Amino acid sequence: MLNTYMELVRIRFLMMLAYRVKYYSGIIIYSLNIGVYYFLWMAIYGENSSLNGTTPVQMATYVAVAWMSRAFYFNNLDREIAAEIRDGTVAIQLIRPYHYILVKCFQGLGEGIFRLLLFSAPGLFLVSLVFPIQLPTGVEDWGWFVLSLVFAFVINSQVNVITGLMAFFIMNNTGLIRGKRVLVDLLSGLLIPIHLFPEWAGKILAFLPFQGISYMPSTILSRGLPTSEIIQFLGIQMLWLILLLIPIQLLWMTARRRLIVQGG
Amino acid sequence: MRSIEAKGLTKDFKVYQSRSGLKGAFRDLLNRKYRMIRAVDHINLSIEQGEIVGYIGENGAGKSTTIKMLTGILEPTSGTLQVNGYDPHREREQFVRTIGVVFGQRSQLWWDIAVRESFRLLKKLYRIPDDSYRQHLDRLVEVLEIGSFLDQPVRKLSLGQRMRCELAAALLHRPRLLFLDEPTIGLDVLVKENIRHFLKQVNKEYGTTILLTTHDLSDIEALCSRVVMLDQGKIIYDGDLERLRSQWGDGRRLILELKDEISLSALNERSHGLALRWEGEGTRFVAHMENGTGVSDVLSRLVPAVTVREMKIEEATTEDIVRRIYREGITHHA
Repeated sequence: MLNTYMELVRIRFLMMLAYRVKYYSGIIIYSLNIGVYYFLWMAIYGENSSLNGTTPVQMATYVAVAWMSRAFYFNNLDREIAAEIRDGTVAIQLIRPYHYILVKCFQGLGEGIFRLLLFSAPGLFLVSLVFPIQLPTGVEDWGWFVLSLVFAFVINSQVNVITGLMAFFIMNNTGLIRGKRVLVDLLSGLLIPIHLFPEWAGKILAFLPFQGISYMPSTILSRGLPTSEIIQFLGIQMLWLILLLIPIQLLWMTARRRLIVQGG
Repeated sequence: MRSIEAKGLTKDFKVYQSRSGLKGAFRDLLNRKYRMIRAVDHINLSIEQGEIVGYIGENGAGKSTTIKMLTGILEPTSGTLQVNGYDPHREREQFVRTIGVVFGQRSQLWWDIAVRESFRLLKKLYRIPDDSYRQHLDRLVEVLEIGSFLDQPVRKLSLGQRMRCELAAALLHRPRLLFLDEPTIGLDVLVKENIRHFLKQVNKEYGTTILLTTHDLSDIEALCSRVVMLDQGKIIYDGDLERLRSQWGDGRRLILELKDEISLSALNERSHGLALRWEGEGTRFVAHMENGTGVSDVLSRLVPAVTVREMKIEEATTEDIVRRIYREGITHHA
């Protein structure tokens, strides 16, 4: 069973290798983003040595880690699913002996692992040479971070799957997909760490799944939290991971029943 | 066990209609009008293991919708359906292991990776054991002659090459039932011939049931012992090809070029008592002969009186017959 899905990860890995140019341009874009946000935050700090209890070094680390994590958890599952529904390729997927959604997620994982190995890891190393960031050296911190990052990947994929499946109901959901991307980048704490949001906004975000996508893993690695708080973070991520399965299952079941294959 | 057993199989689609104009567009936002379309209407179909069945009908007759229900892609609106002993939609994941599908218009191979990699992935998906995989693949590669481009990505193959790979992909896991939706669309004569030959072989060797939809009736003639014809979602003919021909075929036409001019009435007089109808004037005549009338009977009546310079016998092709049925509907004949 797992063997089958791992094969899909491998195939996606091969396909990513086939389109290398896209990958090189990605490196430039991510480096630019890290640079821009680093200088932006340093300008905000000015002469201050702390912002809401966060030092400039912690902030720089947060920016670097958050963007490099994004390279791993980010995928285009929403666009892929929507496209397959729109052009009818989903029919081909349904004559194969596997679970469509699960397959999509594993393809996303293949893409994520590709970028993690060839992009995030070397990228983080390079950034640590250029900018004054401070990564923890303990195995334990890295272990928690990896776990949290895996959860982040799953939650983000789930959000993408939900957005993509909406194409069954709204044939053209390109706008929805674009809006979702901006919203996730903002609400997940990628652009601004959640503890720097105004208090009322922070309270609302605490009840949304997005914090588990970027804020939680990046905070674990950049600020050195006490273990009890880390476990609380992971608990929240796990809760969302399970809760999000419900709308996916509902959408998928309704969609299968309402499916009209486009184009003959 | 029967391959396919469908009773009262029906599929309705909801089709949304948009109102015209700007005002209509705003009204559509709040309250959309739709109407139901019955694409497949109470179909009864029973296909035995090992049959090759041609499924024909005009565009929009409901062929593809039926295939999509039979393969578990679409859920029937009503009716019962058993394919290979499974309910295709409800038990999809187990069911699809027992079937192979080729959609002529869509590729089921992975576009960006080599054909061989696609096959490997399918092997994993269908959990085919190593030795049986290698053996079977070798055989498919040999018969379909696809060995020379196994290492190329699918997007670089020609249509004929791709289609042969698709067939191999659909048969890798030795399905008991093979669905082919327009498998020869856009292919040249030689490739078509190869594919037909191959399908016959598969059917004979493994006893694979084949259900084939096509617009190319020569496919049907070459392969199928049985034809199911669909019109507006209903089955209008189900039986062998021979009966279709004898029942709806117009019989043969005898075309004559005579040496001397002769009048129509004189010809009619000559062939009096034979079941035929003359047409033409001067030296060119066509005899529309009903079934049962022999060419020799007609000639033996004519030869003593007129000299025949040229003669040609024409038989209605399946295509003619089917075209006529599409145009006139079966009710005229039944």
